[in-house]
Amino acid sequence: MSTLPPFLPLWADIMIAVLVLMGAALALLGSIGLLRLPTFFERVHAPSIIATSASWSIMHGSLLFFSLKNRELAAHTMLIALFLAITVPVTTIFLMRAGLFRARQAGMKVPPNLSRTPLGGTKKS
Amino acid sequence: MSPVLSWALPIALFMLVLAMACTLARLLKGPTAQDRVLALDCMYLNGMLAMLVLGLMYGNSHYFEAALLIAFLCFVGTTAMAKFLLRGEVIE
Repeated sequence: MSTLPPFLPLWADIMIAVLVLMGAALALLGSIGLLRLPTFFERVHAPSIIATSASWSIMHGSLLFFSLKNRELAAHTMLIALFLAITVPVTTIFLMRAGLFRARQAGMKVPPNLSRTPLGGTKKS
Repeated sequence: MSPVLSWALPIALFMLVLAMACTLARLLKGPTAQDRVLALDCMYLNGMLAMLVLGLMYGNSHYFEAALLIAFLCFVGTTAMAKFLLRGEVIE
């Protein structure tokens, strides 16, 4: 690994390092937010920065690295970003609905269910 | 590996491990079940990013496939657990 001659130009090295470090710092920020925020409904916002900014930064660093290394466009790294962009809103909505449902069941003070086909809504809140 | 990347990538990996430790603390402490599911989801994402950084570190694009697999399992697992919390069963 370290015996290989350096094959990337310096600007690409610096760009990849900045992108990867920014992505890792954003992931750390999102996880600290998950740890520190007080209630579930605030906590659910924090990890979304990992699915958007952090993963897109690391994805672009990876794309740049493999494109310059293999001398061709390594567009397959964008697959993860596209997949996350599709699936993370779905899982977040599911989790939010589950959290609201369980908060209503526990009798906490949350907004009532407004949908006409109640998805697990209870009468008491 | 160039000197810039040989400094930056282990630091990034260390930050991702620290992030996973934060989510693990929330997973162990989380007062309700949905907190734990959210922490597990976040941990899957952190692990996927760590896998991508490892792929950069070893200059091997096969780590990408492992990261894609982790992203798939993240979606399936979180959806199934959220559905279980919502309805009490996964498949009705």
